[in-house]
Amino acid sequence: MDTPVKRKIGAAAKPAIEIGRETRLELYRQQLELRYCEKRAYDLFLQNLVKGTSHLSLGQEAIAAGFGVAMRPDDWTFCTYRGHAHTLARGASMAGVLGELMGRECGLLGGKGGSMHLTDVEHGAMGSYAIIGAHLPVAAGAAWSAQYRGTEQVAVCFFGDGTTNIGAFHEALNFSVVWKLPVVFVCENNLYMEYTPISAVTAVEHPAADRASAYGLERVVIDGNDADAVYETAVKFMTRARKGGGPALIEAMTYRHSGHSRADPGQYRPEGELEKWLERDPVDFYRKRLLELGVNEATLKDMEAAAMTKVDEATAIAKASALPSLDVIEKDVWADGGAAWRN
Amino acid sequence: MAELTYRDAVAAGIAQEMARDERVVFLGEDVAAAGGVFKATVGLLEQFGPKRVRDCPISEQAILGAAMGAAMTGLRPIAEIMFSDFLAVCWDLVANEIAKTRYMTNGQIALPLVIRTANGAGSRFGAQHSQAVENWAMAVPGLKVVAPAFPADVKGLLAAAVRDPDPVLFFEQKSLYSFKGEVPDGEYVDELGKARVLREGKDCTIVALASMVHKSLAAAEILEKEHGISCTVVDVRSLVPLDTQTILSEIAKTGRLVTVEENPRLCGWGAEIASIAADECFWSLDGPILRITTPHIPLPSADRLEDATIPSVERIVKEISEKID
Repeated sequence: MDTPVKRKIGAAAKPAIEIGRETRLELYRQQLELRYCEKRAYDLFLQNLVKGTSHLSLGQEAIAAGFGVAMRPDDWTFCTYRGHAHTLARGASMAGVLGELMGRECGLLGGKGGSMHLTDVEHGAMGSYAIIGAHLPVAAGAAWSAQYRGTEQVAVCFFGDGTTNIGAFHEALNFSVVWKLPVVFVCENNLYMEYTPISAVTAVEHPAADRASAYGLERVVIDGNDADAVYETAVKFMTRARKGGGPALIEAMTYRHSGHSRADPGQYRPEGELEKWLERDPVDFYRKRLLELGVNEATLKDMEAAAMTKVDEATAIAKASALPSLDVIEKDVWADGGAAWRN
Repeated sequence: MAELTYRDAVAAGIAQEMARDERVVFLGEDVAAAGGVFKATVGLLEQFGPKRVRDCPISEQAILGAAMGAAMTGLRPIAEIMFSDFLAVCWDLVANEIAKTRYMTNGQIALPLVIRTANGAGSRFGAQHSQAVENWAMAVPGLKVVAPAFPADVKGLLAAAVRDPDPVLFFEQKSLYSFKGEVPDGEYVDELGKARVLREGKDCTIVALASMVHKSLAAAEILEKEHGISCTVVDVRSLVPLDTQTILSEIAKTGRLVTVEENPRLCGWGAEIASIAADECFWSLDGPILRITTPHIPLPSADRLEDATIPSVERIVKEISEKID
């Protein structure tokens, strides 16, 4: 098949739906912000201001942006520990994200969750889950709640290629189809499960799509580095799910520009692979498309400057934020706000 | 008051809450059309319909994940895990997700859900269908843990668990499903975190849970009649929250503490109570604390072996009569 990596840069497939100029600019703005914020997270790590681990989405921004723009404000996002981009794409505060990575009071979780658990319920970001596979059934449960209450909300669940080999993937897919739940499962296939090529540990070429038929779902493989392709796919399957047509399983081909986590320089990758994918950088790719479509250079430059300013301002807020008060340690285990297990 | 079996009290408790609150939904394996493998949920499908009472595939992770996702978005699910031993196949959901999410999200996500499960020995099912695992749950911060011994408590505590804003693990004792007892008519709601004093004595305080409550009561009768040892019996009912006030006050009255636990020896719930007693009422104790537990072994299945493994009335009588004076 025509793998995305072989596709010519800027060669736009004929769109299945008309994507308007404003939507395209929004897709670009999102990708810029996600890119700059992730880069900033990495810089802050090098300055020893980001503690703990972090898993960057550099190179995978088109997926978060494509879905983020397609989602209704009351839809739900469930993602993995590689969740900075998905959380930001729902409109979470950038200072809240960077602050959480830095262990500051202004963090989305007040310093209690960290990089791997970013959550912003107010914006429909229903959690980043750090145990592989755990959130697929949780997303199904949220979709069940929407179905039960008749709200036409959709749950979108993002996960990596490695997740397709854990039991919860199978349980959640089967369960969601049997109950015809409004949930869209999105496999971000970046070719590696942590440090190991996914092809070395998986029975089929496309770890998600080639298994879709086992659940009575169609095989969907898309170019995850093309925000238009992601957006179109998101609209199509979310609309179907919203109208009672049940779940979908989408495999979006992409590539992470950095290692698995901050501890990983990614030296297991064959020579030239990263460079080849950098030629298909989703942000650069989309910029070229916008120029081709007649958006002028000055508009793009303004957007880029605005995104950088936003990241700079968020960084300043996070850096200025206090460290969390020790008073929070024994708070919010229970709904009463406390941690008492005895009288 | 009506006389109900322990299993009927389960269905009565669920029905009471489903009738009261449309957000309450119930899911599990064989729970709807079949009424549960222990017949504890018979009639719920007929009364509330297939939208609210749902059969699931054999997918414990999907069941608890679905309950969690539904709870965080406004429902109040009751999920059944058929045997408590099976919690091991979905322990990630229990221990990593459901228990920790409120804390990790700084209180953004609430998980008002109940996990009901059949716990404990007595059915000769062997090591993977007979364990008492309440101490597993007790070891995880963020879970409430309840284990009733009587039908009235089943109904009242189950209702309280459904209404509780936090996740509750509700351990039903399989060997008690046919046990009958008086259950209050009409709406009945108990309170989590309250132990109950079932018998008052002078010489020794027995603290017990679930099926061990019944064995302790029977042992206390024999100890009184045959050995002249007068025992208080406290039914813990709820391990988290733990009613240490009642337990400590009853220990102080007799000066001796005996825990009777079905869980295996190491890190059983009684060890925590012994630790609290040693810390907080040491000067009220007149002698060593005695823990009567299942030995630290996987459970054997043959009736003769199982009966010799789980604390029995005879063993409770023997150990207390030998060690408590």
